[in-house]
Amino acid sequence: MPDHIMKAYDDDLAALQSMLSTMGGLAEEQLARSVEALTRRDTKLADIVIHADDRIDQMERAVEEKAILTIAKRQPMAKDLRNIMVAIRIATDLERIGDLAKNVAKRSHAISDPIPRRLTSGLQRMGQLAQAQLKRVLDSFAAADSEQAMEVWRHDEDIDALYNSIFRELLTYMMEDPRMIGACTHLLFATKNIERIGDHATNIAENIYYLVHGQPIRDERPKKDDTATTPFSPLNND
Amino acid sequence: MSNNALVKKRYAAERRFKAYGLAAIGVTTAFLLFLILDIAIKAMPTFFVHEATLTVNVDPALIDAANPVAGDYLGLTKKALAAQFPDVTSRGDRKALNGILSAGAADGLQQRVLADPSLIGKDVTVPVALNSGADLYLKGYATAQLSDRQKAWLDALLEKGVISKGFAWNFLLNGDSREPELAGIKGALIGSVLTIIVTLALALPLGVAAALYLEEFAPKNWLTDVIEININNLAAVPSIIFGLLGLAVFLNIFGVPRSTPLVGGLVLALLVLPTIIIASRAALKSVPPSIKEAALGVGASHQQAVFHHVLPLAIPGILTGTILGVARALGETAPLLMIGMIAFIVDVPKGFTDAATVLPVQVFLWSDLPEQAFQSRTAATIILLLLVLFAFNALAIYLRKRFERRW
Amino acid sequence: MNDMTPRTIFTPAPPRIIAERPAKVVAEGVNVHYGEKRAIHDLSISIPDKAVSAFIGPSGCGKSTFLRCINRMNDTIAGCRVTGRITVDGHDIHDRNLDVVQLRARVGMVFQKPNPFPKSIFENVAYGPRIHGLAKDKTDLERIVVESLKKAGLFEEVKDRMLQPGTGLSGGQQQRLCIARAIAVNPEIILMDEPCSALDPIATARIEELIHELKQNYCIVIVTHSMQQAARVSDLTAFFHLGNLIEVGDTDVMFTSPQDKKTQDYITGRFG
Repeated sequence: MPDHIMKAYDDDLAALQSMLSTMGGLAEEQLARSVEALTRRDTKLADIVIHADDRIDQMERAVEEKAILTIAKRQPMAKDLRNIMVAIRIATDLERIGDLAKNVAKRSHAISDPIPRRLTSGLQRMGQLAQAQLKRVLDSFAAADSEQAMEVWRHDEDIDALYNSIFRELLTYMMEDPRMIGACTHLLFATKNIERIGDHATNIAENIYYLVHGQPIRDERPKKDDTATTPFSPLNND
Repeated sequence: MSNNALVKKRYAAERRFKAYGLAAIGVTTAFLLFLILDIAIKAMPTFFVHEATLTVNVDPALIDAANPVAGDYLGLTKKALAAQFPDVTSRGDRKALNGILSAGAADGLQQRVLADPSLIGKDVTVPVALNSGADLYLKGYATAQLSDRQKAWLDALLEKGVISKGFAWNFLLNGDSREPELAGIKGALIGSVLTIIVTLALALPLGVAAALYLEEFAPKNWLTDVIEININNLAAVPSIIFGLLGLAVFLNIFGVPRSTPLVGGLVLALLVLPTIIIASRAALKSVPPSIKEAALGVGASHQQAVFHHVLPLAIPGILTGTILGVARALGETAPLLMIGMIAFIVDVPKGFTDAATVLPVQVFLWSDLPEQAFQSRTAATIILLLLVLFAFNALAIYLRKRFERRW
Repeated sequence: MNDMTPRTIFTPAPPRIIAERPAKVVAEGVNVHYGEKRAIHDLSISIPDKAVSAFIGPSGCGKSTFLRCINRMNDTIAGCRVTGRITVDGHDIHDRNLDVVQLRARVGMVFQKPNPFPKSIFENVAYGPRIHGLAKDKTDLERIVVESLKKAGLFEEVKDRMLQPGTGLSGGQQQRLCIARAIAVNPEIILMDEPCSALDPIATARIEELIHELKQNYCIVIVTHSMQQAARVSDLTAFFHLGNLIEVGDTDVMFTSPQDKKTQDYITGRFG
């Protein structure tokens, strides 16, 4: 796409883009660190993550301000308008991802007892998966590549499936050993948070699709997270 | 630094240019002033005239009440003058004394008596015209027309208060004459007016119609191009050619009476037609096309748009162009010479088919005559012609200012 | 109703507004030549009734030329030749039996520069009804003038100076006077050729509000250089480029997700 006749307009849009990529990098890092802090129950690292979240919040506000200013000054149309709207939405998603990462990190304070390795490995795998999704979706945003974004969108079901199995696993642990219920509940929330991060990544993917095509995705997203619909019966688990 | 020098140079150039302009205007104004002053000084004697006021006894013996036209009014006047100088008795002296009177000295008396026959037998006090030599002498000009005795008599009359100075109504109210003191420009003025009426009546409708058609309705093709070019060329044709054309066509082919305002007007109409067409087209063109579009936009036909909107807006411009064209026609001499408007005509024309002359031709005629008083009359006529032209221009400016519209 | 030509893209095909409203003006395969130069190439479009259609595009793209085809204003330009079929309510406007003056009474026009006649405000509006004999008598004429001025939202401002010259009004008032003048002859279609390009933003907003009200009763076609204006006032937007109709679509869609790259580049300010 050729440049705008007004160069400053291009500069405005480029500034938004670069703010978002910085924010995306931060969110990725926060996610990685929070999972690490939780699995190692490293409260120092957790505190770093919690403090760093303020920066993401600030950046979200900065993106919003920049977007509003650009709308007011340039009266964007068509793709430019979508670009700015999508930037605002992605910023919100990234800010939520930051919050969720902070939440995950916080739980390393709450879990005092050592967790069995078997449990943390599932968490780690899920963290890696979510991180990979987030990275891919941010790359596809930078390249305005809707195909890659659609890949991310379709692969969210992997995270859902993993979450599903961890959910069942944790249930089993809790039934086996009621002393584990506290720690497992925290872990359950943490995995749920990571699953939510995956959902935000798919949100971003949907926004990228809208940015490129000018229309929202019409299909239903494949979902593997059936924990909300599965009746819980401790007697009936496999 | 160099920048500063540049600025100074620029200011100097501006000042120089201004000085050139002022000098040019100064020179032109000087020439014009000199010309006008010269003419005005020369014309001065014509506008004032000395008259003797004499009491004349209308002797019934000389004026037959049954036929007052045939009376010897001049004789009566001469007698009244002689009564002023009882000591002048010899025949030669009497003749010399009568020599200070104009050939038309008794005209005023005759008119009074004809208007009121009851005056026959009574004393009537009337102004009596002096001849041009006497008039010039009284105005202080050196003149060879008078002897020393005649000058002495005039001085005596002046001393007695018989002679008075007044505005020369004669000049405005008389027709042409062989006698300079009697010659007036009324004939030429009326001739000019009649001629211009014919010119206007022909050229204005024809010119405006032609301009309207060419500007608004004519298809754009080579024929209209040719017509357009030729109209522009016609405007530049020397005026005498139009005179020849008038001679050949109007006089010889159509047999229009020669020397008349009718044929003069026809020729002048031909002369100003191109000017009027060009001026009218320019005026029509200057009406913004948006006005016409607006009219067409509400569903006016082309003709309605032109006649309701374009033409009314162009009229001030058309009138200005027409008046300037007519002013030019008013000052034309050459073409009129060709169609016989140069004849010596004493009577004031009463219609379009009476023989007539016009102001510029009158100037031409008088400028040729040897008498000193005619030189002055020539200058006076020029002044009158200029005044008429100024009046026309003033009218044009007034109309333009009055009807000018801003978009 | 959907005159698909290979050249023109419908966004999405065909626009909703055309499906919702009856088509008032339908052009099929219209070509316009100025002498040797082709100003419009094979243009087909349906213009809906009781809606605002906006023509946008860079200068010289043929949008004004096509607008002037609709009331055959191009007839007055020497060397301009229009081919193809344009119908208003299904009647061919180039029909021999159709009087062009009658057509122009049905298809009113408002021009780029406000061009009131240099006459009184009353005379400006009364001119059209008078030449078409729309008023029975003087009071009837006055009624038409007042109604037209009211519809144009100008009556309150000028009711005390109806006999003063229309050229003495402000630019925006003059343009509304021109709209009142167009309305006075009871047109069905109002063509507006960049009606706000000579006006300040407040006057522009007034005209836009007026256009919005007028679309209840008229088929309005507006040519504009302001994309924002097209986005604000129109229901249907058509993008012209180099004499081609590139893309037609619902305004909502055109300004958020146009399909054609040229349209996209133009409305986002990348060329033109």
